[in-house]
Amino acid sequence: MKEWASLFVGKKETGESPLIELKHLGKTFRDGAKPVVAIKDINLTIEDGDIFGVIGLSGAGKSTLIRCINFLEKPTEGQVIFDGVDLGSLKHSELLRTRQRMSMIFQGFNLLAQRTALENVCYPLEIAHVKRKAAREKARKLLEIVGLGDREKAYPSQLSGGQKQRVAIARALATDPKVLLCDEATSALDPNTTRSILELLKKINAEMGVTIIVITHEMKVIEQICNRVAVIDQSHIVEQGLVKDVFLAPKSRIARELILPQTEAVEEVHGERKVRIVFDGNSAFEPVISNLTLECHAAVNILGADTKNIDGKAYGQMLLQLPEDENAQSRIFNYLNTRKIPYEEVC
Amino acid sequence: MESRMIQELIKGCLETLYMVGVTTLVAYLIGMPLGVILCVTDKNGICPLRPVNLLLGVIINILRSVPFLILLVAVMPFTRAIVGKTYGSGATIVPLVIAAAPFVARMVESSLKEVDAGVIEAAESMGSSRLQIIWKVLLPEAKPSLIVGGAIGITTILGYSAMAGFVGGGGLGTIAVNYGYYRYDNQTMLVTVCLLVVIVQVFQELGMFIAKHTDRRITH
Repeated sequence: MKEWASLFVGKKETGESPLIELKHLGKTFRDGAKPVVAIKDINLTIEDGDIFGVIGLSGAGKSTLIRCINFLEKPTEGQVIFDGVDLGSLKHSELLRTRQRMSMIFQGFNLLAQRTALENVCYPLEIAHVKRKAAREKARKLLEIVGLGDREKAYPSQLSGGQKQRVAIARALATDPKVLLCDEATSALDPNTTRSILELLKKINAEMGVTIIVITHEMKVIEQICNRVAVIDQSHIVEQGLVKDVFLAPKSRIARELILPQTEAVEEVHGERKVRIVFDGNSAFEPVISNLTLECHAAVNILGADTKNIDGKAYGQMLLQLPEDENAQSRIFNYLNTRKIPYEEVC
Repeated sequence: MESRMIQELIKGCLETLYMVGVTTLVAYLIGMPLGVILCVTDKNGICPLRPVNLLLGVIINILRSVPFLILLVAVMPFTRAIVGKTYGSGATIVPLVIAAAPFVARMVESSLKEVDAGVIEAAESMGSSRLQIIWKVLLPEAKPSLIVGGAIGITTILGYSAMAGFVGGGGLGTIAVNYGYYRYDNQTMLVTVCLLVVIVQVFQELGMFIAKHTDRRITH
């Protein structure tokens, strides 16, 4: 791997500085009649080894944000500091070499249609002027890692969506990147394939130490692999923190919308008092609702419930409709408070 | 048909193939880089350069809008300056190239623009330079479409070369004009037309065949 040493540009800081820092990052598109603000004043810190999620609805600015990180879109304001180097200060050729250490995978896979799986993985190595033989050896190893060792001669048109994304991941890993940017990488895949691709990303993070940034509109992607999350809405970061904290107590409207169990019934019973209770890893084993109804002598209606696995711990949430009786309501709140069960009223 | 006529037809065929072959080669040598420049300097291209794109586009449009027969006559002084004469298959190559190169440039441009923008973005994200994107992404990915374009280009050039027969351009066109038009020899006329049709078919089908069998987007 001697070739790689020469590819490192700028000074490499060895201290505790974060891997990626976004400072007041903004991008405004001015090609149309009206300027369009895609992202504004984004401040994020991504540590080495993180699996960092950015979640938001479509049009919130997620795609622009991830493209600003590797300067596929040049930010109009602020800075991107990668490994201690301000990307904005780099010459074009230096930027190109830096990009080899920050790979990207896409929703549409974006494989070269006229190249085999193996040749696709070789592409970034050709760009980095690695000798053909060494490149092919490395590409073979990477295809093994992503579980496609037997499909090296297949063309993208002969592969399924999940297999294509595996080739894309192998290709992205070819230049030993420090960070892998994932732009809606699982959005075009079915739930089972999504799960296996996310498992693969998790494995790559754990075993190869690659920091991962995930852009998605699906909460389940964040839950399954991320340790930290930022919520983006209307060009701004509205909330960020550890996934479990944001999940237990979402503060922003958009985060609640993304986290709350999706039920049609929520609309129909609008107007009555509703409570979302959250179980952390411990209370998930207690029969909370049974105890609650027994102790408070009040019946509650379960409008929706689900459990999620965040960082290996079980988290459950439940949306309860409270009885009309105000005394019963206060007994319930009292019960929740004394049992220290996190809850919040939802309207 | 007497053997002298058959010999003349064979000579005509060879002349036509020679004109078309050389013209295609030179037209691609000029038109291919121009097509690449048109594609990459487009506002959605990898190196947007509006003045260059606009200027080149206007020049190509002007050349493309002149009917070939008029262009043929109009560039005669230029042809004489280069080849020393204005008749015969050698001289016809000059106006043929002038007419075909802009046509080729547009064909190449449209083929390259078919390449998926996402693939180009992926190549950029891996730190490819613009030249690397052209050589390793745009041209290889557009290869099947470029081959189809080549087949269309050859048949168009073949049509132009036959037109040049009216001003003594050589090849099958001249035979058709001299025998069929001036001497009312319908039989010879018919044979030359058939030969032209066969040549067009061969090139067209060959182009499509190669394009289809090298395209990896289709599973065989």
